[in-house]
Amino acid sequence: MQLVLEKRAERSNTIALVSPLIAIGLTIVTMTILFAILGKNPLLALHAYFIAPLTDGYSLQEIAVKATPLVMIAIGLSLCYLANAWNIGAEGQFLIGAVAGSWIAVKTQGTDAGAWVLPAMLLVAAAAGAVYALIPAICKVKFGASEILTSLMLVYVADLLLDYLVRGPWRDPNGFNFPTTAEFDPVATVPLLIEGGRLHLGSIIALLVVAAAAILLGRTIKGFEIRVVGAAPRAARFGGFNANQLVILTFAVSGALAGLAGIIEVAGPVGHLQPGISPGYGFTAIIVAFLGRLNPLGILIAGLFLALTFIGGEQAQIAMKIPLDVTKVFQGILLFYVLACDSLILYRFKLVFPNRQVARGAG
Amino acid sequence: MLDPTPNGLHSGEAPLLQTVGLTKRYGDFLANDCIDIDVWPKEIHALLGENGAGKSTLVKAIYGLIQPSAGEIRWQGAPIVLSGPSEARSRGIGMVFQHFSLFDNLTVAENVALGLDGKESFKDMSARLEQVSKTYGLPLDPRREVWQLSVGERQRIEIVRALMQDPKFLILDEPTAVLTPQEADQLFVVLERLKAEGRAILYISHKLEEVKRLCDTATILRGGKKIQTCNPRLETAASLARMMVGGEIKEVKSAPGRQTTIPRLVVNDLSLAPDEAHGVRLEHISFELKGGEILGIAGVAGNGQDELFAALSGERLSKDPGTVVIEGIAAGHLSITRRRKLGAAFVPEERLGHGTAPRMKLSENALLTGHAASGMVNHGFIDTAATLKTVDKATETFDVRKAKRDPEAASLSGGNLQKFIVGREILRNPAVLVVSQPTWGVDAGAAAVIRQALLDLATAGAAVLVTSQDLDELTEIADRIAVMFHGRLSEPLATRDATRERLGLLMGGSSLEPKEAAHAVGA
Repeated sequence: MQLVLEKRAERSNTIALVSPLIAIGLTIVTMTILFAILGKNPLLALHAYFIAPLTDGYSLQEIAVKATPLVMIAIGLSLCYLANAWNIGAEGQFLIGAVAGSWIAVKTQGTDAGAWVLPAMLLVAAAAGAVYALIPAICKVKFGASEILTSLMLVYVADLLLDYLVRGPWRDPNGFNFPTTAEFDPVATVPLLIEGGRLHLGSIIALLVVAAAAILLGRTIKGFEIRVVGAAPRAARFGGFNANQLVILTFAVSGALAGLAGIIEVAGPVGHLQPGISPGYGFTAIIVAFLGRLNPLGILIAGLFLALTFIGGEQAQIAMKIPLDVTKVFQGILLFYVLACDSLILYRFKLVFPNRQVARGAG
Repeated sequence: MLDPTPNGLHSGEAPLLQTVGLTKRYGDFLANDCIDIDVWPKEIHALLGENGAGKSTLVKAIYGLIQPSAGEIRWQGAPIVLSGPSEARSRGIGMVFQHFSLFDNLTVAENVALGLDGKESFKDMSARLEQVSKTYGLPLDPRREVWQLSVGERQRIEIVRALMQDPKFLILDEPTAVLTPQEADQLFVVLERLKAEGRAILYISHKLEEVKRLCDTATILRGGKKIQTCNPRLETAASLARMMVGGEIKEVKSAPGRQTTIPRLVVNDLSLAPDEAHGVRLEHISFELKGGEILGIAGVAGNGQDELFAALSGERLSKDPGTVVIEGIAAGHLSITRRRKLGAAFVPEERLGHGTAPRMKLSENALLTGHAASGMVNHGFIDTAATLKTVDKATETFDVRKAKRDPEAASLSGGNLQKFIVGREILRNPAVLVVSQPTWGVDAGAAAVIRQALLDLATAGAAVLVTSQDLDELTEIADRIAVMFHGRLSEPLATRDATRERLGLLMGGSSLEPKEAAHAVGA
């Protein structure tokens, strides 16, 4: 008996929908084994990860807050990936957006600057993220440099720039030498949706981004262009679409969205600029993009799910002393299974019995 | 009923390969319905049938790619169940597919090595490859990368790869679909030789003259059922066609009194350097094509036809705008989208991956070329209804057969997809249509539909440029025929003067430069 992968005549839409669920199921099985090896009760651990955060209002808000940057970044990344442009540096574009937007917040601090501050911060952050993402895009188009490497390397440049600024020029003089800027003024802060809660305007912006992406990909010629360039490059050229232009465009859009997510995070839940504003949102968003099948609605659901693992990971750490890094292990395993299960969309497993002939011959 | 073993030599022994009541069911659909065939050693057995007749299903079962739902396959008299192609190969069943499975970026030798199950060293294998290719007169340079090779040369790799396994039984799926008469003749010599060596060949084709000439036996399939097994030499092409189609095939007819009008496509001294290491340089190509006229371009594959198509379509741009003039507008520097807006339409040779995005729906593939000038896009938004309308109209006008209203392009058979692609372009009412290999591997019925459509388009006043390796096709529809050789285009001949001999000489390059002719024959 032999297990073979057989190509399907047409892609299976059922599997396309179910494959992320299979991946999640396999991940949970693997995690159960991992928890058992760590000497923790797997059922309690899984409860802490996936059930407990859903049972109180505070955690639910926190899930939405964490999902906001994940979804915004992943939407941008999905455009890149659909167009066969591999932006791995969203984390850096997120940080640059946070830094650039914070620049306005820092410069207007304590002045009587009006309501224009927050919109200006958002705009500048998006522009900075876009410009930062254009560096690898232009290097790819002009010199053929691998955008995977260049965009990834620029993450560390952005990280160190942020580090330098908050330890040096932008450090809060009254901050007891902690590497952080002063708390932003109210005009430089993303407003909350619920008084005293955690949910903020950024979540609404993320939903708008999802809707815009759904319209772009499903209804517009530009979205079609993005899909066809990725799916069949030669046919795309025959269609009159320019792959290089799309590399530039999708990198710029995804950089802008990552930058926007960065400033929203800083001017929202965090409230000031400091190192460690991102628990790896830019990287986790890659998982979100694939888990969500590079589909805007799928990304929204996947973003909420991965946000749940962040919150659940914190709860598991507090309640059961499970290291927070297990969350990253979880996310890594999930991406592995998602990519593996995706092969089932175009292929199917089949059992082959090479011995049947012998059996028949004997009968 | 005719004697299925025409030379009567087989009495008393078992056929090499036999299918008995072979049935393959896909859901409710019977792709093969109780098919019996016997193939004997030293026999070239034709499998004839329209698209969807069940030829591919049958050979896939014989090659172990699919498991029959019922019935059995007997090999040298004993029933066998094949777990997959590698078991088929190890038993001595080889297959050459119509769609090549080659890796473009690997060399000939590497591709052959990947297809072999043996454990011999790469060096030994390469040596054997050269030897086999020499023995059978199928010259190949093992070190060249596949992307540099012409379709004809790629087919040679597939044949040599199959021969290196020393098969007793070889399946060939539409092998001459991509070959010139000369190349086909060379192939027939190879096949006759394989037959003389005692091998059996199952030969899928719908070129009836060729089957009559080459094959000892023909089994005709229609709608998944076996219609008849006969000796094709005792049949006429028309009687074979009737059995295949189940009725008369429509003659392709040119409307009487077709008028030529103004020049709609003019190419002036077009020269273009190759954009890849082993591409062909286009040299001083000039021709003029009037409305109402069909110009055919013949030539062995890989003599610059692809490059000319790219230069005409705008996939490659020329620095000098005047080299390509569409509808009186200098367009050499314009993108493919701009050229479409001028009224040009293009049908490339490769259906999947070039003419269509394989994994996208037909409606999306209608949009692929229709977005430029067919009212499918309003202010950047796609008019899905309009794209679906094109699909429906193409389906209706050109008899595209498909499982549902809007399937993925890759799920259509070659002939039906080609009818869709040609239909998609013709429905745009182009002033100029540039089409490459319009009936590449397409069955007789679909080919007739496509050729008729090209003639009708010319009658309606369009200028049509057809590049083809099928000389019968060109003489059937073209008004004038020019030949491409080494990136140069001969003076067009009026079709009545374009005998096979004259065209064959031009295809060998003899009237261009006598010195190059010898080189070309060797190549």
